[in-house]
Amino acid sequence: MLETIQNLALGFSVALSPPVLLYAFVGCVVGTLVGVLPGVGPLAGISLLLPATFGLNATNAIVMLAGIYYGAMYGGSTTSILMRIPGEAASVMTCIDGYAMARKGRAGAALAIAAVGSYVAGTVAVILLMFLAPPLAAFALRFGPPEYFALLLLGLLVLAYMSGGSMLKGIAMAAFGLLLGMIGIDQMTGYFRFAYGVVELGDGIGVVPVAVGLFGVAEILATAGQETPPAVMKPKLRELLPSKQEWRESAAPIGRGTILGFLIGIVPGSAHIISSFVSYAVERKLSKTPEEFGRGAVAGVAGPESANNSATAGAFVPMLALGVPSGPIPAVMLAAMMVHGVAPGPMLIKQQPELFWGFIASMYVGNVVLLILNLPLVGLFVNVLRVPYPLLYPAILAFSVLGVYAVNGSVVDVWIMMVMGGVGYVLRKLDFETAPVVLGVVLAPMLEMALRQSLAMSDGHYGIFVHRPISATLLSVGAVLVLLALRPLVTKTLDWRARMALAEKGEG
Amino acid sequence: MTIDRFGGGMLALLALFTIEETWRLRLPMGNLQSPGPAYMPVLLAMLLLVFGVLVAAMGGRAARVAEVGWSEWRHAMMILVVIAFIALTLERLGYRITIAVALAFMIGVLERRSIVTAAVFALVFAAGSFYLFETLLRVPLPRSPWGI
Repeated sequence: MLETIQNLALGFSVALSPPVLLYAFVGCVVGTLVGVLPGVGPLAGISLLLPATFGLNATNAIVMLAGIYYGAMYGGSTTSILMRIPGEAASVMTCIDGYAMARKGRAGAALAIAAVGSYVAGTVAVILLMFLAPPLAAFALRFGPPEYFALLLLGLLVLAYMSGGSMLKGIAMAAFGLLLGMIGIDQMTGYFRFAYGVVELGDGIGVVPVAVGLFGVAEILATAGQETPPAVMKPKLRELLPSKQEWRESAAPIGRGTILGFLIGIVPGSAHIISSFVSYAVERKLSKTPEEFGRGAVAGVAGPESANNSATAGAFVPMLALGVPSGPIPAVMLAAMMVHGVAPGPMLIKQQPELFWGFIASMYVGNVVLLILNLPLVGLFVNVLRVPYPLLYPAILAFSVLGVYAVNGSVVDVWIMMVMGGVGYVLRKLDFETAPVVLGVVLAPMLEMALRQSLAMSDGHYGIFVHRPISATLLSVGAVLVLLALRPLVTKTLDWRARMALAEKGEG
Repeated sequence: MTIDRFGGGMLALLALFTIEETWRLRLPMGNLQSPGPAYMPVLLAMLLLVFGVLVAAMGGRAARVAEVGWSEWRHAMMILVVIAFIALTLERLGYRITIAVALAFMIGVLERRSIVTAAVFALVFAAGSFYLFETLLRVPLPRSPWGI
């Protein structure tokens, strides 16, 4: 304990030095802008700005990139709440109830709850990261391929289960996303699958063009031609204070989202995305009024926003302690650290304590900076969105192209974005949820690799998934979810999904 | 035709196409104990086929396709054409020319704003974003053969 405090003091001496403070601030501002701009998420933002850090020393560069990462997580909620366009994939869930709150005139309150939830979750998660990193990392180390397979499968089932309307459609969309994720070189045999001679498809379809296409471009396609384009909500500073009732309703979801997000964050996968989905599902299941979800439930904003910020810190646990990236963004961060001559892993803490503890301390500082940015300055960021829509959407489209192109420097990604935009537009019209598609694309290679490695471990025996306690537990939870979804068919009663569908049609 | 019947049918067709392509590309299937590169795609395609058929079969009471508002489809198509133009010309004409032309077209032609507004916005945005990302942040963006 004493040693941790001494180390933290060392960290703060680094984090509060003017240059580091400056780069943390710049990272947070740029990250928030990156998060606010639809289509330019943290992955694209970090990738875009990685070359810009080449001239900095390692500490400044890592602190700035981390600032962009969690700044984007904060900022992503702004467009989700005000325009129903997720700034980044983890904000998809915030779109649902955040935008509904905005339409009810509670845009300011939704933004404040998202910012406070993010602050609390971010700060608590850094404390957890600091004290619990070693044992939690050890637990994650016990995950082998069967456990990963079970976890990834559970993530998809949770997502399909919590999708409003029809679980059939949710699973169909997840299968569609997983199929898209099959494009590219088979990692175990080297076979090209469905690449049709396009070399760029060898690495598979990137999550950035898919997410930007399905969410950003599809939204533009659906709204740009309408006679009354979507209005950007314009919350005033005095409207930012949530009511006592809203504070009460958000407290428990923030707490649950923080813990849930951190735990999911340390497990490899697209943690910040999964955590927001799972948090939303948990809040809806625990709610006494699940039919309010989708119509402006405070818990539907507080839970997922807290969870995705907490997961952001959690995702650093395996990256810093083990040198293992837990998702595409930590993978880019890992690459960035290696570019700067830093080798993350167990020796990092001993060999470069200033960098490690400076990084931890800068996360505390960053959370304060972001709370300041996201509450009083939200109007400033929102001004970006106050540009008339006929001028704004072409600019968003241009930023989307820029962000998608810059990740790999490939126009193939722009083509993918275009196709996914068209697909997303049609899917929206046909009332299919597109979030499972994005998750499917991310999880497909991991899921397949985990399945095949598991079978290789067990000489082809599928019993490995039920003989190992962690994977058996995870699969059991998945089976319970499927049974819960099937229950209404047996009992002939309406579950929350059917009630919500009726309510949306005005029959409930 | 309801939206679920149409959507489910399209997904089922996509699944059948995937299975056909897996066979046509001669990807090794492997077996249950040792899956090959075609195993997972075929498994997923079969899952998609089953769920696509189920969505279609149980979707008789969903809204009809014609009832869904498609009024903006021409506008949406034009935007997709603009993105295709960007993808085709980005590395040929360079970032600034491509984005300026695309923005000017969208604002001036699609949104029917004044030519001056469209031109000024397009030029300032294209030049400004290029300066910010390419010059200041050193993110490599394509230039035209004339260096623009």
